[in-house]
Formats: sequence, C-alpha cells, structure tokens
Amino acid sequence: MAHEHTADHDHVHGEHDHGPAHGWRRWVYATNHKDIGTMYLIFACTMFFVGGLMAMIIRAELFKPGLQLVDPQFFNSMTSMHALVMIFGAVMPAWTGLANWMIPMQVGAPDMALPRLNNFSFWILPFAFTLLLSSLFVPGGGPAGGWTMYPPLSLQAGDSLPLTIFAIHLMGASSILGSINVVVTIMNMRAPGVGLLNMSLFCWTWLITAYLLIATMPVLAGAVTMLLTDHFFGTSFFSAAGGGDPVMFQHIFWFFGHPEVYILILPAFGIVSEVIPTFSRKPLFGYDAMVYATAAIAFLSFIVWAHHMFTVGMPLAGQLFFTLSTMMISIPTGVKVFNWTATMWKGSLSFETPMLFALSFLFLFTIGGFSGLMLAVVPADFQYHDTYFVVAHFHYVLVPGAVFAIMAGVYYWLPKWTGHMYDEKLGKLHFWLSTIFVNVLFFPQHFLGLAGMPRRIPDYSTQFADWNMVSSIGAFGFGLSQLLFPYIIWKCVKAGQRAEARSWEGAHGLEWELTSPPPYHSWSDPPSREVIAKGAQH
Amino acid sequence: MSFHMKNRHARRGLQAAAFPLFALLASVAHADWGGLNMPEGVTVLSKKIYSLHMLILWVCVILAVVVFGVMIYSIIKFRKSQGAQPDKTLVHSTKVEIVWTVIPIAILVFMAVPIARTLIEIEDMGDVNLNIKVTGYQWKWEYEYLGQNVSFFSTLKRDSNAARQLGSGIDPKSVEHYLLDVDNHLVVPAGQKIRFLLTAQDVIHAWWVPAFGMKKDAIPGYVNEIWVQVDADKVGTYRGQCAELCGRDHGFMPIVVDVLSPADFDKWLREKQAEKKLADVAPDAPAVTASTAPATLAQ
Repeated sequence: MAHEHTADHDHVHGEHDHGPAHGWRRWVYATNHKDIGTMYLIFACTMFFVGGLMAMIIRAELFKPGLQLVDPQFFNSMTSMHALVMIFGAVMPAWTGLANWMIPMQVGAPDMALPRLNNFSFWILPFAFTLLLSSLFVPGGGPAGGWTMYPPLSLQAGDSLPLTIFAIHLMGASSILGSINVVVTIMNMRAPGVGLLNMSLFCWTWLITAYLLIATMPVLAGAVTMLLTDHFFGTSFFSAAGGGDPVMFQHIFWFFGHPEVYILILPAFGIVSEVIPTFSRKPLFGYDAMVYATAAIAFLSFIVWAHHMFTVGMPLAGQLFFTLSTMMISIPTGVKVFNWTATMWKGSLSFETPMLFALSFLFLFTIGGFSGLMLAVVPADFQYHDTYFVVAHFHYVLVPGAVFAIMAGVYYWLPKWTGHMYDEKLGKLHFWLSTIFVNVLFFPQHFLGLAGMPRRIPDYSTQFADWNMVSSIGAFGFGLSQLLFPYIIWKCVKAGQRAEARSWEGAHGLEWELTSPPPYHSWSDPPSREVIAKGAQH
Repeated sequence: MSFHMKNRHARRGLQAAAFPLFALLASVAHADWGGLNMPEGVTVLSKKIYSLHMLILWVCVILAVVVFGVMIYSIIKFRKSQGAQPDKTLVHSTKVEIVWTVIPIAILVFMAVPIARTLIEIEDMGDVNLNIKVTGYQWKWEYEYLGQNVSFFSTLKRDSNAARQLGSGIDPKSVEHYLLDVDNHLVVPAGQKIRFLLTAQDVIHAWWVPAFGMKKDAIPGYVNEIWVQVDADKVGTYRGQCAELCGRDHGFMPIVVDVLSPADFDKWLREKQAEKKLADVAPDAPAVTASTAPATLAQ
C-alpha cells in the first residue's frame, strides 16, 4: 500500500522534478541534500582509509620491540594525524553525510533548509584536509604533539603548527555551518504533523549533536588561536615563564573535547535506535526515555571535562566533583542500553547486516562503557591514565561504537539510496571479519595498559611484546577487511536486486514511504497525515 | 609422549593455515598470562588503588554478565526463524524503567564512598620523612634530595639506547631490561613516607612507577606532589616510564627506583654526599650535610 501511494505521489509531481545538473557542475554547485550527502560520505570513506593507513603504520612499527620502520618523531606525527583525520575527517563528515541524506526524508521536507550553506560547509572540508595532510611534508614534519596539542610541546612544532591550526579552524567552521543547517531544518522544515516527540531518534540525536557542535567548536577554535598567538605573536597564554598557564589549555581543550566525544557517538545512538526496532519488528522501547537520556548525556558532557586530566594535580574537591559527574553519565547511558535490550525482548529478530552491526555495537560499545566507568574511579585512573587501557577504551567506543553504527546506517539505508539491495553475503562477511578482528586488535590493549605500557610510544620493553603482536595482527586483519566496504557499496550502486520502497519488513519512518531510490527533491509535497501516522510508529 | 605427538600434529595443521592466523595463535600461546591485570604494587596506596580497581572491575563483570545475558537470551529466544511473534504492545514500563535507573545510582553511591576515602588519603602529605624533587627534561629525569645536597640526572642506559636506534640490528631481547634501565637509579628507603615534588623544565612529562600505584604530571611552572611509602619488606628495584607525550624520545626516558632498607639507604646517601663534597667547591656544603643527614634516620 505504501508502494502505491508513493508511486502515485511521484507520478503527480514528477514534472516538478528537474534532475541534477550534468558533469562536474552537479557536484561543485551542488545544493541537493542527497548529492551533498553523497559527497560527505565519499569524503569520509576516503579519510577513513587515509587515517587507517596511518594506523597500519603505527601497528606495523609496534609489531615487535625495537624500531624497524619509522623515526620516533614521524611515529608521533602518525598518532596525532591518525586521530585528527579519523575524528574530523572520517566520523564527523560521515555523520553529516548521513544527516544530509536522511533528515529531510525523515521530517518530510524537500531538502535541507539552507542548501547553499550546505554546499559551502562541504566544500570547506577538502581544503581543510589538504592543509592538514600537507603539513606532513613541511620542514619539521607533521604535528607530533598528539591530537590534543598540549602546549608547551605542541609549540615546539615546525611549520606544521599554523597549517594544523588553520585546518582546525576550517573544520570547525564546516561543522558549525553543517550544524546550523541541521537545527534549522529540523526546527522549521518538519512537515505538518511531524511533531518533535514523534520524529525519528536519528533526527533527535542529530539535533542535540548539532547544539553540542555549535557550543563547543568555537571553544576549540579559541584554544588553538591562543596557541597560534603564543607561537607567533609573543603572547603567553600557556607559557608559565610569561605568567601563563599550560594547564589552562587542557581545561579549555577538554571543555570542547568531552562534548566532542558525544558528538561522535550520539548520532550512533540514533542509528542503533532505528535499526534494532526494524529488525526486531517491534517499536522502540521507551522512546521518550531515549530522548531525555540523550539530552541528559549532552548536558552532563559539559561538566565532566576534567576527567581527561586527573593527573594534572587538581584540588580534592575538583577530583571528587569530576569523578561523580562522570559516573553519572552511566545512568542515562545505561537507560539507553537497557531500552535497546528491551526492544529486542519479545521481538521477532532477524539478522541482516545492519542488525548485525547494531548488535555488535550494543555489545562492544557496552564494553567501552564499562572501561569508561573504571576510568572514572580517580585513584584507579592514576594507574590507567595515559596507558593502553585508555587507548583500548576509546577505540572500543569509537570503532565498534561510532564506526560500526555508521556501517549499520549505510547498510540499512543503501537500498533506499540506490534502489538496489546490497550483496547480503558479502555484507555478512564484512561484518564477521570486522567484529572478530576489532576485538583481536583492541581487547589485548586492555592487558597492555594494565601491565604498564604507556600510550604514544614507538617502542616498548620486551615484556609487552606478545600482546602487541596480537594487536597488530588484529589491526592488519581489520584494515584489510574494510576494503570490502567500498566494494560492496560500489557493487550495490551499480546493480543488484530491486529494493522496495519499504526495503525492510519491519522498517518504520517517513523515509520508507518514499520510493527507492527517492525522488530528487525528496518530499516536494509534504506527506499527508495518514502517511505520517504510518511512518511514525517507532 | 603422546602429548608431544599431538603438538606436532597441531603444528602441522597450523602451518597449512594462513600465516597471520599462525602468528596470532602462536603469540597468544606464548603470551604472558600473568601480565593481564594491574600489579598490586608495593606501597600503602598502591594496594588501596588496586583493591578499588578490582572492586569496580567486579562490578563491571557482574553488570556485564546480567546485561549480556539478557541480550544473548533475546537473540537466541526471539528469532524470527524460530517463529517468534513480536509483542508490539511492549513499548514502555515505568516500573522497569525506574528500576534500571535506580540500580546504577545505587552503584554510584556505593562506589563514591571508598573513592572519596582513598582520595583523601592520597592527598594527605603530612608526616613526610624525605622530600625528593623530580624534574622532567626532554628526555631525562633529574632527582634532587631536598636538603641533602644530593642531586643527579637519570637517563636511558647506553645498551638500550644503542639497541633502540632505527635499524640498529641489535635484538631488543638481548638487552637486559630493554628501555627500562637507566644510568643512575633513584634510591629510596623502604617503610618511610617519601614525598615527590614534580615539575618540568621544558614540556609536560609524567612520573610513573606502576608498582607505586600513582602517576602525576610534571608541568613547567607547577610543583605537583605525590607521596609513596614502600612496605618495609619490599626492598628491590622497580621500573616505570614517562607517561605524558613529551616529544620525539618520550618512549625513552624510563624511571628506575632502588628501594633499600633505611640503614642501607643512609649508607648510600652518605656516600653520595661524600662524592658531592669532593666535587663541590662550595665551603658551606659540609654544614648542610651534617645538620640534615640524621633527619632521615628518624623513624
């Protein structure tokens, strides 16, 4: 029935659709949310492999004790760049790409609210990353002070410092513009009848993420600008010798940095909240609680920043405050995990690739949550801090967390985007290889950290040799199996079994009321109330 | 003997498998299974920190068993392929939701008490027997026994330094305590409360000996403090590393601490002071030594 309706809809309004421009103009002058979304996703995928290559260099050097491949300085610039590229180049643009594709379709709008701004926010990115990556080739090499750029160390950089800082300014500008677009679209472009409390959780989590971005990106910009003036204009914001304070940078940085962590993970919560109900054939358990939990996590993310820096020497009261506020985050996060579990309870589960990735997210993100809870215990954090335990923790929440959720989202919506089903067998192969190798890669890092291996070292004492070798093997396996991902997508774009409008039996939401692939201007007429009612069964 | 035979069989099978798989299994088999957990350490604080670590670890393990148990049960029990019918009315339950909000709050409160108690103890810098100032440099440590007229630098030992060069051709396994050995060890007495005053000359470093349970940043322009009291019977050598990225050779500025009995420590300190006296031209050096040396003997 949904099929008939959308076909009908398309027929009546088909003539209003002027298709995309041809050739390069379609992409350079793009104002269509789908074209821009596609460019974001291709960009993110490219950066995922660039950052991945850096990770391979890191793990190859750490394969066994002794320095075999790279100079320590280059190793440091690899760890720093890997983080910057993966966070700002892979995960964040992937979220914006998914937001571009899905938000207009999910709220019943023809496009994003600000299409030219949308074009601008995307096209900033290639320039930002050209600047960032070119810093590897300037005198002094790439930024090697960690992605956290703590002074005074980061100020020892050569010509890479201004390049990195301007790249970060550009990325920040791009994120802020993209976020403004998301906020305006969700607030103003919802079709009549799409209420705030019946829109999809992906829209909700992105709305909150957008506010986090708008609030924190300027803080990061301020921090790096102070680095710039300290280096070139003789200020002493962070120089103790000039009356400044090197620890102040860490406070400012993490005031941005902690909300940033949730910027990377909240949209993942949104996707998992769409995928699990679909393949459980049952509405999401506790929709309202999910929305409130997301908002609570976002609020708490602003008052926990100093847990990244317990070892700088804080007053007792400060340590107690930040340990308690950090542990409080486990309450709304727990609510989310319990709600997803309850959604599966008494459902009718099937295990297509998106569901497999979502389930992997559920288990492995929870493991990352547990190690996060451990890290919140300040006295124990004095041992964990700056070791591989921390590396294991944040990779568990970012790789099987954020990245697996992106993959779940891509597999989930690919049939909608392309009109073809992807190759399910290859998708499952991709899933199993990824899930097995990600654990081989990151789980032993918990042991390394507890046994006393600091992070960010290019070489280590022989007692750490065994688990480093295991971890490196996991890394190579994980890296290689990711090559399947673009291949599967490419194959699906080219050909495949025709996808229906509602590509998954249990799928709900307005995007499934459109044809697959959807019309160029998604909802040129707002959906009727009965269509919305059908789509709104969470 | 049959065990050996089996082993040979297994090995032949593995050789047939792909190399990465073989390397993976081999390294898992050879892994040091004793080194999976945090060491309990040898100080008053490190044991408390270790027990907090074990407490939160078990809390997490129990939660994981419950949560993952329910997830796995759902995945097995409610499969469409087994004919499961969805119960679409199950979308909300205030009772259940209150329960799973209150339980984490209770755990939080339960954890907060021992955390606060341990933190208060960590921050208690009273009744110190010995003060040692630790200064981080790119890339070495300087130790100064405050008021004792003894200070020295501590850098990576030569054999480690030679082996760690890119393409040195020296097998790290042939070097004793590879990357965890220094020319001049820090020496401290067992059973006494020692305060370390941490600072840095150039960039931020962090001083960390895992067996002592603590790390803290050494920051230019700041003086941070930690205290350490090694158990009287834990005389021995303990090793650690810089834990805050401090540039190119961050991985190559280890820490080695010899813990001696108080009597041996005083002997060592007096020898060091005598060496220093010979080297020093300053006329007032002996007076300082004489008046402050006995202070460490008290207790």
